[in-house]
Amino acid sequence: MKLELRRIHIKDIQFGDKLAVENGVLTVNKEDLIEKLKEDERIKDIKVDIARPGEKVRIIPVKDVIEPRVKIEGAGNGFPGASTKIAQLGDGKVNVLYGAAVVTVGDIVGFQEGVVDMWGEGAKWTPFSKTYNLVVDITPVEGLDPHTHEATVRLAGLKAAEFIGEAGRKVEPDEVLTYEMESNALETKKYPDLPKVLYVEMLISQGLLHDGYIYGVNSQLILPTLIHPNEELDGAVISGNCVAACDKITTYQHQNNSVILDLYAQHGKTINFLGVILTPELTTLEGKFRTCDYTAKLCKTLGADGVIVSEEGYGNPDSDLVMICKRLENAGIKTALITDECSGRDGMSQPLTDTASEAVAVVSTGNVSHVVTLPPADKVIGNAESIATLAGGWDGALLEDGTLMCELNAVIGATSEIGYHNCTVKLY
Amino acid sequence: MVKEIERYGLPIVHMATITTISQSVGANRIVPTVAIPHPVGNPSLPHEEEMDLRRKLVKKALDALQTEVSEPTQFE
Amino acid sequence: MAEKYKVLYYVNQFFGQIGGEDKAGIEPMYKEETVGPALGFNGLISEEGEVIGTIICGDNYFNENKEEAMKFILDIVKKTNPDIVVTGPAFNAGRYGMACGEIAKAIVEQLNIPAVTGMYVENPGVDVCKGQVIIASTSDSAAGMRKALPVMANIVKKIVKGEELGLPEEEGYIPQGKRLTVFSDKRGSQRAVEMLLARLNDEPFETELPMPVFDKVNPAEAIKDLSKATIALVTSGGIVPKGNPDRIQSASAQKWGKYDVSEKDALGADYCTIHGGYDPVYANELPDRVAPLDMLKQYEKDGVIGKVYEYFYTTTGTGTSVGNAMKFGKEIGKELKEAGVDGVILTST
Repeated sequence: MKLELRRIHIKDIQFGDKLAVENGVLTVNKEDLIEKLKEDERIKDIKVDIARPGEKVRIIPVKDVIEPRVKIEGAGNGFPGASTKIAQLGDGKVNVLYGAAVVTVGDIVGFQEGVVDMWGEGAKWTPFSKTYNLVVDITPVEGLDPHTHEATVRLAGLKAAEFIGEAGRKVEPDEVLTYEMESNALETKKYPDLPKVLYVEMLISQGLLHDGYIYGVNSQLILPTLIHPNEELDGAVISGNCVAACDKITTYQHQNNSVILDLYAQHGKTINFLGVILTPELTTLEGKFRTCDYTAKLCKTLGADGVIVSEEGYGNPDSDLVMICKRLENAGIKTALITDECSGRDGMSQPLTDTASEAVAVVSTGNVSHVVTLPPADKVIGNAESIATLAGGWDGALLEDGTLMCELNAVIGATSEIGYHNCTVKLY
Repeated sequence: MVKEIERYGLPIVHMATITTISQSVGANRIVPTVAIPHPVGNPSLPHEEEMDLRRKLVKKALDALQTEVSEPTQFE
Repeated sequence: MAEKYKVLYYVNQFFGQIGGEDKAGIEPMYKEETVGPALGFNGLISEEGEVIGTIICGDNYFNENKEEAMKFILDIVKKTNPDIVVTGPAFNAGRYGMACGEIAKAIVEQLNIPAVTGMYVENPGVDVCKGQVIIASTSDSAAGMRKALPVMANIVKKIVKGEELGLPEEEGYIPQGKRLTVFSDKRGSQRAVEMLLARLNDEPFETELPMPVFDKVNPAEAIKDLSKATIALVTSGGIVPKGNPDRIQSASAQKWGKYDVSEKDALGADYCTIHGGYDPVYANELPDRVAPLDMLKQYEKDGVIGKVYEYFYTTTGTGTSVGNAMKFGKEIGKELKEAGVDGVILTST
């Protein structure tokens, strides 16, 4: 497969008459976008706003972040299976509005939504303080059940990203990144001496606000499955607005999965990158045993020498993580795990809920309970009060002057377990 | 929580779905349950069957409390 | 130049130059001079600080007459009002280490004055005070004095000036066990790739998260006669009365709640879940799917169990630190024990 990600560097977003990119400035016609999204009759109201890096703006409660793109060559524009017709992804040319992001907010569905600060202290903790964000505030019609509410919001975000992405269709990119990998057999012939490496990406698969989707298929319903890394980079995997804000893998982070990109960078040099195994984190013990066995079996069948395993969420998935690790290590396959930890607000607690002596190489992406104090914003997009009910927030977390005290739990992408951000933990 | 309560000499049974965690953490009496969002229920069953399922699971837990154990034990 | 900061020093009979094991029983005394290591320490800080005096106490006396010794020592600290107290270093001397640790800890906790000590990592005094006191990591014998003092002096200087201490290995102290979130110059995925490459090439690597070790509790004795027993129901599934009156957090809980269920046959429609870690739809339809009060009440009616305890206990398990979970367990366990409960069912999601 060969995929070109053609980056058009976006340096600002403005509202205007038409949808266009000129000299790095993305212009969006607000009314057109609203009209497009309101085609879904489950949506009552849409508001659109812009948040730029450095502005004293707080966005809350954030559900998902999506990179706007358009596929100009090859099958499948948008998110096939989820928002557009099914197609085989992974080949072709994609124009990317690099530096721009669609951020969805709106009524809280559960407790898993989060906060993005565009400036100062808060900006350090989230990768999405560095993108020019087009914020889409979605109000669904009354009376939707929670699952439908979530699905409506999820789809609206994807549609908005597709709509905006069209602006880049005819624009010459500033840089072109090429991702090319042929069959495992051919690659192994090319690099016979390099160690074979797989990436196991665990996906929360536990119901409302806890599901990932692959080509539109809820990950709850699958056995662990092998996909070409290009497929994920091309939009095959999307977020169901899962888990706590700090370690959910947003759709943007699937489109730009950092483990895939960093392994690709080593492919043909120090490793032979075999592909990605998507593994659901289920809610039953039987299910966990089945998926962990199956994941290990796929790794063995493919002849992996080393595997990186990334978790999504915390708590019961810690058990999946160490079970997969145990099975791989016992089969002689070396692992490196990526997880965050719940060491308590004082950092004195045990970091994981499950343990295995085989887990000797673990990257920690931060303590989800680390408390941060975020100074008041000049402007809040969404609803500042919602922090009281978000995971990582509490009643009284919002002080009278607008200062927000919360755990990293509530900050989008802070402790990303695909290692998208640069937090870690040190023992003091 | 389970262990701290047991430290007072109170027998305690942990009803949990992910029993691997209960075992790692060191609960002594464990009853495996249905699924994380509904440990002692199953919404896909008809009402009567679900009640029966829950009745049996709770009975299992009560039986566990009456059983002497010397190490972490699962009551299947 | 500003006034020099004041350091008060503590040593045992041996380093206080009173004598060896035969003098270990001497009572505490205070000298307004620099004795033993205090002299060398004073030399290291003399530009900005000074040691104002040395407390000396026999190791046996301290450990056998803790109350009296501690009172004497704390009185001296109050009287002299130093900016910081230094005890030891105790190297691997157990009784001396216990004294250094307990004194330093008491000064920090009771007088709110910072304290620094030095010990070999295996000294039993380390566990006494490492959470409260910075302990310089020393060798296991007094031969390491010349190395230990500069490390301690450097830590003292930083603490007095209010400067942040760096990593334990950089500053030379024993980790306090606090896992702090900091920024790395590389993103997590890059670090994982490098760690895996190191493993594949048989090169050294260091995990960022050593696996936790969980302790064990002896199983409590079984209930002899269930039909006379009181059974309490506890859950970490975040089931609360609608409206969440106690505002229990949806993740990373900081508290628990208890609710009177003595008049109820089931949790039913008055309860819901606020747990942020699972799909809440099924629990909200029927909270007894998470905390089976309905069946327990049924068994009570049928005489299978004596009584369902009148309160139902609840908190949220997701993202809740083990430290908090232990605290909740202790508090809830204490109440249940005192209320004469005979057995507990705890459900988790």
